[in-house]
Formats: sequence, structure tokens, C-alpha cells
Amino acid sequence: MSVGIAPAPTTATAPPTDPSRRRPRAGRFGVHLFLMTVSLAFLAPLLLAVYASLRPYEETSEHGYFSWPKNLSFDYYQQAFSESGMTKYFLNTLIIAVPGVLIVLFLGSFVAFAVSRLRMRGGIVLVMVFTAGNLLPQQVIVTPLYVVFNRIDLPYWMSDSMLMFDSYWAVLAAQVGFQLGFCVFVLANFMRTLPQEIIEAAVVDGAGVWTQYWRITLPLCRPALAALGTLQFTWMYNDFLWALVFISNGDKLPVTSALNNLRGQFFTDYNLLAAGSVLVALPTIIVFLVLQRHFIAGLTLGSTKG
Amino acid sequence: MSLTTPRRTRRRGLRRFTARDLVVLGVLLGIPILIEVFIIWGPTLASVALSFTSWDGIGDIKWVGTDNYKNLFTEYPQFWPAVRHNLMWLAFLGLVATPFGLLLAVIIDRGVRFSRFYQSTLYMPVVLSLAIVGFIAQLVFSRDQGALNAILANKDDPVDWLGDPDLNIWMVLLAAAWRHTGYVMILYLAGLKAVDQSLKEAAAIDGASARQTFFRVVFPTLRPVNIIVMVITVIEGLRAFDIVYAVNKGRNGLELLSVLVTDNIIGEASRIGFGSAIAVVLLVVSLGFVVTYLVQELRGEKNR
Repeated sequence: MSVGIAPAPTTATAPPTDPSRRRPRAGRFGVHLFLMTVSLAFLAPLLLAVYASLRPYEETSEHGYFSWPKNLSFDYYQQAFSESGMTKYFLNTLIIAVPGVLIVLFLGSFVAFAVSRLRMRGGIVLVMVFTAGNLLPQQVIVTPLYVVFNRIDLPYWMSDSMLMFDSYWAVLAAQVGFQLGFCVFVLANFMRTLPQEIIEAAVVDGAGVWTQYWRITLPLCRPALAALGTLQFTWMYNDFLWALVFISNGDKLPVTSALNNLRGQFFTDYNLLAAGSVLVALPTIIVFLVLQRHFIAGLTLGSTKG
Repeated sequence: MSLTTPRRTRRRGLRRFTARDLVVLGVLLGIPILIEVFIIWGPTLASVALSFTSWDGIGDIKWVGTDNYKNLFTEYPQFWPAVRHNLMWLAFLGLVATPFGLLLAVIIDRGVRFSRFYQSTLYMPVVLSLAIVGFIAQLVFSRDQGALNAILANKDDPVDWLGDPDLNIWMVLLAAAWRHTGYVMILYLAGLKAVDQSLKEAAAIDGASARQTFFRVVFPTLRPVNIIVMVITVIEGLRAFDIVYAVNKGRNGLELLSVLVTDNIIGEASRIGFGSAIAVVLLVVSLGFVVTYLVQELRGEKNR
């Protein structure tokens, strides 16, 4: 698939800085004014949320959001943690997202490897089937999954509901199934850019399929895997629908969906809602700021994802 | 030398796998394929089948032919508003957010100072979940506490941005565009970096203006990115769910097809058959685009 933006591998490693710095002086001021305005407008909602979360509700309701603060505190954050048990929800997210990312990268990379490195017949069709699966709206598959998960019994040690429904497994399965297509697509594109000779040399040396995959191909894919892993973690973290539909016990909700449940409790107090939103948004923002390069590389590597 | 190529391809076709290789291939290709079948394509087909039944998820599955669809098109009051909102979503992202993202990418790509800062800032909303975007939208647009009403200083006659069914869809679209613009921008930035500089120089030598260079020379070379952006825009338009659900569960002016599906399964009246019919409408529309996209891809593949 030539789609992806051909030089994907290079963007994966090179920082996205602009090569040409030749700009006429005229109009420069206007450009900066424009970009500054847009940037501020983009940041404003986030800054507002942070600011609101630091101030007591009474203060903003009396004087409005844009008043000078009298008290600033982290009380709302403390409240979010102590009263609504955010820790638990964060843990739930990790329970689902960490295995989810690992499984999806592992399986996705093997399919990509088989298709693009072993040159299997029908490989293109396989990639297409996986890619198309990732492009469907989630609601197309959610109903049958809901029915099926309600019928799959699991032993108690796996799920205290004794069902696949209302267990982490249901969300994990949906996440893995749904994201697999994206990983296959991106990694197949990436692996196609690796020189085939490496594999051929290994075959001559008697390397089996597993060695060719695990020892030879995967190490070369490290940048792509890092980028994809970052992206997948963010998406799984941000997921809202799967948990909403497949989990009925509020205590098992991952943090993004839990916030929706907590809203009833937060609703009277917008500043508490702001604190909750900031808390939930924080990990992805930190991941983004720290791993920005990977993050962007991941998107531009394949990018057929909503 | 001339012999090596055909021989090599022949050998590749006949390459023998050891028994161990076959097991590895069978298991590690089998599992993902099974997952894909059981989680994605099986349920997709099941949705189609269930859409012709009147099933509540518990009792017998009764075949009702196209009744669900008839009901949906003629008697379900939320259906057409939802279709309209989905179309508005597509149009707004496609005609406003996407061109805006492209514009930002072009400006930043021309090499302004602080471009890293602008890039990061504009891109930041993309890492937020749409649900969080929905919550933040409430802080901005809420009637009594919202920042927007505070800016407008209309305390005596506050506008209920998210409560007014004629207004709220636009506010939600703004919030969705907030996220979409940065996404599009990043994709175009990557695409623009890949454009051959000599093309631009050649155009400049031929006396093309910046505008002409962009529309006649640069933009056509961005075709692959354009296709990706188009696909993402369509998919986002059809998938839209989290924001409206976070705002008001997709009621009162914020109906979307995805919300109707969800309501029909997790609501009190579990109308699996009917919900599936709505899902199939979504499926048909999205498959149209997905297939177009894949055909494009396949063609590109053959040309290589």
C-alpha cells in the first residue's frame, strides 16, 4: 500500500522539523498573529478546565470563570480520588490496556510479517480484510457481541459475573479485535520497506519462520512498534463505548467511561467535573508530550483511523 | 545473472516449511484470523441477519423480513434527525475542519518560527478522548456556568448552548472539529514534507504564484494523503458517538445513528433486531466508502 505517506520510516525516526526556513519577511507578522490566535483558541478549553479545577465552585459561581482567583487548591483532585475512587478506575484501564496493547502488537506484527515478508499468496486480501475491519463503525458489531458475551460462561476466577459480559475480558477482546486491523495495516506497510535480502540471508542460514519473525524482523520494526504502541495505548485508554456497553458493574469501568458515570455525582459541581476531566486527560497528554515524536510517527505511518 | 531472478521466485513459491514452521504459522496466523472473524466479521454478518428479526435478546428469534427497516424509515421519530446530524457531521468535518487543518499545515510547513510549538498545541486535542472533549465542551458551553456565556456577558439572558436543540449540534460540531483539525493537520504536514522540493522550485522558475504552485503542483501530489484524510473524515462522521453521549446521551437535538444503536441494546427495551437494522444502515454507508478506499489501495498495490 503506497498510501501511507511514502517516507513513513524516516518520519518515524527523524524529528518533524521543517527543512526550509526561507520565508520572506513580509507577512511574517500576520502569519504569527494568525497561528498564535489559533493556538490560543485551541489551548483555551484545556486551560479553562485546569483553572476551574483549582478553584472552589462557590467562587466561580459567584464571580464567573474569568475572575481573579482568591483560593487555589488541589482540593477537587483530592476529592476526585478519595470520594469517587479514581485510583480504581485507573487500575481498571491498565488491566485492559496493557495486555491489550501487547497482544495487539504481537498478533498484528505476525500477520504483517507473514503477509509482507513471507510473501504469502492472498496476503493482500488478508491485509484488506483486517484493514476494513478497523474502519467499520463500532456500533455495527456491538449488538451481536453484546448478545454473545452474555452467553459465554467464564469460571469465577476469571470473571466474578461468571460471564464474559461484565468482565475485563469482554472489553479486552473487543479492543484487540478492533485494533488488530490497524496494526496489521501499519506494520505490513512498514515491513514492506525493509530489505528482503535480510530474510533471504537468514533462510539460507536455516532460520525457521519463528526466528525470521522474532529474531530478525521484529528488532528492525522497533521504531514502528514504539510508535504504534504509543498510539494504541492512547486509543485503548480513550475508549468509551466498549466499556459502556460490556460492563455493567460500575466498579469495573475503565477511567474514561467511569467519568461518565461519575458525572451524576459531579454534575452539580462543574469544577469537580473539570478536575475529573483533567485527571483523565492527563496521562494521554503526558504520553503525548513525552513521546510526541512516536505519537505523530504512529499516525502518519498508516493513519486510517478515527 | 539473468537466471537468478526467475529461479529465485520459483524457489520462493516452492519454499518448504518445516513442520515447526507450519505450526508457528498455523497458530500465529490462525489466532488473529479467528479473532477477526469472531469479533469483527462474524458480528457484522450477524447484525445483518438480526436486522430481519424482531428479537429482544432473550426469547425466540422471529423472522420479520424488512419490518424493522419499514419501521425505521417511517415510524421511528429519531431516525431522520439522526441521519441529518450524521450528514451534518460529515459536512462540517469535511468542509470546515479538514480545509482548516490543511491551511494550518501549509502555513506551518512553510517554515515559520516556533513551528514545533504551534504544531504541538494544535495537535494536543487529538490525544484527548472524545468523551473528555464532551466534558470540556460542557465547561465552555454550559448555560449557567459556561465560559462562553461569561465571555458574552449575557448573564441576564443566557444562551443554553448545549440544551437548545437547534444550537447544540453546532456546538458539539465545534468541539469535534477542535480535535479533527489537529489530526488532519498532522497528516498533511507529513504529506507536505514528502513533496519533492524541486517540483516547487521548478514551478517557481516557471513563474507560478504561491497559490498556483500549491493548487496545481503540490496539492495533486498529496493525493494519497487526501484519500486517507477523506476516509478518516467519513469514518469519524459515521462513528461519532462519545461527545454527544458525554454531553446528554445523544438526546434532545444530538441524536446520531450510533446513539440509536446503543440505546436499543443497553436501554430497558432491548430491541436487538431493531437496533441491528440501524447498525446495518451505518454499515452500508461506511462500506461504500471502505470499499472505494480499498479498491484504490489495491490499484496502487498493483501499480507498484
